[in-house]
Amino acid sequence: MKIKARHTFLFLSILFLAYSISIYMQPLSNTGNTSFNKETAAQGRLVWQKYNCQSCHQLYSLGGYLGPDLTNVISQPKKGEALVRTMVKTGIKQMPAFTISEMEMSQLVEFLKSVDASGNADLRKFRKDNLGMIEAHENK
Amino acid sequence: MKTNKIGAGNLFLITALFMLLFGLCFGVLAAITYIYPEFLKSTLGFISLRPLHVSSALFWIILGATGCVYNGLQAITQQTINKNIAWAQWLLWVFSIIGICTSYFAHQFGGREYWEFNPIWALPIALAWLLFLVNFYIHSEKIRKWPVYVWMWLTGLVFFFFTFSENYLWLIPYFRQHFITDTTIQWKVNGSLVGSWNQMIYGTAFFLMDKIANSKKVGKNKIAFAMYFLGLFNLMFNWGHHLYTLPTEKYIRYIGYAVSMTEWIFFIKIIYTWKEALNTIQKHEHYFPYKFIMASDIWVFINMGQAILMSIPAINLYTHGTHITVAHAMGTTIGINSMILLAACFEFLKPCRHQKIKSKKILVSAFWALQISLLIFWVSLNIAGVKKGIWQLSTPQASYSQMMSTLQPYFIVFTLAGIGLFFSFVILITSLLKPFIKNVTIKPSYE
Repeated sequence: MKIKARHTFLFLSILFLAYSISIYMQPLSNTGNTSFNKETAAQGRLVWQKYNCQSCHQLYSLGGYLGPDLTNVISQPKKGEALVRTMVKTGIKQMPAFTISEMEMSQLVEFLKSVDASGNADLRKFRKDNLGMIEAHENK
Repeated sequence: MKTNKIGAGNLFLITALFMLLFGLCFGVLAAITYIYPEFLKSTLGFISLRPLHVSSALFWIILGATGCVYNGLQAITQQTINKNIAWAQWLLWVFSIIGICTSYFAHQFGGREYWEFNPIWALPIALAWLLFLVNFYIHSEKIRKWPVYVWMWLTGLVFFFFTFSENYLWLIPYFRQHFITDTTIQWKVNGSLVGSWNQMIYGTAFFLMDKIANSKKVGKNKIAFAMYFLGLFNLMFNWGHHLYTLPTEKYIRYIGYAVSMTEWIFFIKIIYTWKEALNTIQKHEHYFPYKFIMASDIWVFINMGQAILMSIPAINLYTHGTHITVAHAMGTTIGINSMILLAACFEFLKPCRHQKIKSKKILVSAFWALQISLLIFWVSLNIAGVKKGIWQLSTPQASYSQMMSTLQPYFIVFTLAGIGLFFSFVILITSLLKPFIKNVTIKPSYE
């Protein structure tokens, strides 16, 4: 049993490693979006983490459950960059008012622009395909 | 308090119980902020309470699993593990825990959902894990024919280290600059990390089953091995079910969907096979471990049903990002992982040897209060989740704030049930720690 178990374990581990590497290589095949600055957006993601925004907010419905999903907040009607800037500085309900520098704010906004450009998280726009998987019907 | 009396495995279990206590306190405080938004806002606030609660709960799970693996290994080989390595490992954990919790109090964050903390604290944790791997390797060499639970412990150990390291790929700009890939890796890690500690905890459940039944049926059972490989397969490939709405590569989502559908089946089968083999005397001798394993059995059934339904994309559309996900996470963490760990604590720490019958009656009451509170807790979260799920697919859509206001009654019930959970756990934890506090020797029998 030990030898068989060892072989199965190794076989599955090799499959897993190959699967992981295929995911790590994905950025190489992406052409990229030019509507935002990549480096600034990457810095913005650090700002998002530094102030623990994920504790309450979601991106693509992944994250906390207190505040709204912010995937497309930049392009949503009556929302956008101005609302983000105001909310961060004033806070609301459980959300504190953050003391954040202008540079950090710009990086955070750039990060949210990059998220917004990546796709649509409005679940009402999703449709089921033939295999039962859901796909966003209207991409950005 | 004489720590040299308790053994390395039990030292980890006792530390884990303290972390559970802290996790419960922070959990109740965080739940109160759902009802009173201004509660502790100027000091800790939800922003610190949530990671304090999550990290404490995860420390309970991980340190508890570590204690179980050490105690299990020692019971199998009838030899003590290398105490110096175990002590160094424990000290590194304590150092990390103090550092992480202090940083939350100081509002210093910087990590990734769910288990987020400043990446600097990942170093002592990774080092502690390496020591764990070394100790496991030294000790497991002594076992000639590995039962399934030793395989499961090894899997948990190896994959925890791999995914924990993978969790920090975002530090490299190459990954962080590609939001979709970065998020895919983030949830790959979250899924596999949970799968890793589940392997260690379910391995412990199988070990306890053999111990309670006084046999080696589960450990050498072919179905148990088949179940183990199915679990390993899920650990590796089912995490795609977190990402149905993320515009990542299609094959990732399809693999996640297909693999998720194979989940849990053998685990239920093996538990029922084992249950039939038990006799009354064995149940009596291991009364509380038996009760908690049986409770975990019921919660596996409930959460298995929910997990399978949630992994169907058309249903996931309604449950994704709602409190149904929270109900599932809490249901599995408390209902399955914590029940198995409590079973292990009662088996290894043996508090009932030192207590009167009256105390045992209180423990039985606490056991039932725990189950009832958890059920109310789970149901209230699910109802809140259903309401949010309907909202997120409705047109026209009320504002987020309006929708959250309608969930308030369920949050009140959820908080009250959380307080019930807190008191039930406190009674159980107190009973488990009492011999330790009174300086009673609780070294495992083989030492």
